[in-house]
Amino acid sequence: MPQQAAETHTSQQKTASRRPAGTLYRGREGMWSWVLHRITGVAIFFFLLVHILDTALVRVSPEAYNAVISSYQTPIMGLGETALVAAIVFHAFNGIRIILIDFWNAKYQRLMFYVVIGLWVVTMLGFVPRHLINVFSH
Amino acid sequence: MSTTIEAPRSPYSRSPKKRGINWEKWGWIYMRVSGVVLVVLIFGHLFVNLMVGEGVSALNFAFVAGKLTTPFWMVWDVLMLWLALIHGGNGMRTLVNDYATQRLTRGILKSAILAAVVILIVLGTLVVFTFDPCPAGAPADLLPSFCSAS
Repeated sequence: MPQQAAETHTSQQKTASRRPAGTLYRGREGMWSWVLHRITGVAIFFFLLVHILDTALVRVSPEAYNAVISSYQTPIMGLGETALVAAIVFHAFNGIRIILIDFWNAKYQRLMFYVVIGLWVVTMLGFVPRHLINVFSH
Repeated sequence: MSTTIEAPRSPYSRSPKKRGINWEKWGWIYMRVSGVVLVVLIFGHLFVNLMVGEGVSALNFAFVAGKLTTPFWMVWDVLMLWLALIHGGNGMRTLVNDYATQRLTRGILKSAILAAVVILIVLGTLVVFTFDPCPAGAPADLLPSFCSAS
């Protein structure tokens, strides 16, 4: 058994590929999707903490909740919500890409990164105009 | 038990622990399962609150009161609360493990994450299930219309 395993090991060393084997995360699309996944994840986590606290104000009084939520309806926060949705949509689609890499096929990870970007653009085109109209016309 | 010495340079193999739950494996599975569910829950949440009608500018106490007295949205919101906080907390734990080099710093940061997750899950769940849409003494124009119906 150990000898057989050692042979497998040396045959791996002899591949013609110059790219490091067994990693998606070193360089290019694989790395940048990972970096973006982490940054968007942290941003969403901290928003989630604040968002649960502000929603919990419905248990305090209608006035307290409305006072805080009206600060979410200002133009600056409207732009912040656009950034938040941008982060969530990327994290969601790239998360599905990660699941497909793990359970389906890692071969298409680079293509799938561009599919994620494409779907992100389409989703944001659907969301941003409508949201900004809601923010700036009231 | 006799000790067996592996051949030099044999490939690294993870020897599965003989007993106990593999928490890292279940955490890994949890991130993927909860992630798929959260995509549906959060996209639905964002669509209903930001896209339908006048979006963010229509949000107020009466709007939330209408949702939090509907069993469908109560289940939706509580599921989202639990799944998202545990998903986010476990993700932050991964970052702490990656970037905090001191054992003490890791311990403090992970305790803080755990405390935040537990406190907010308890708080959020209590808010959803003890919510009063028509609090006594509140101005009627801030309340949902069904409060004045009776």
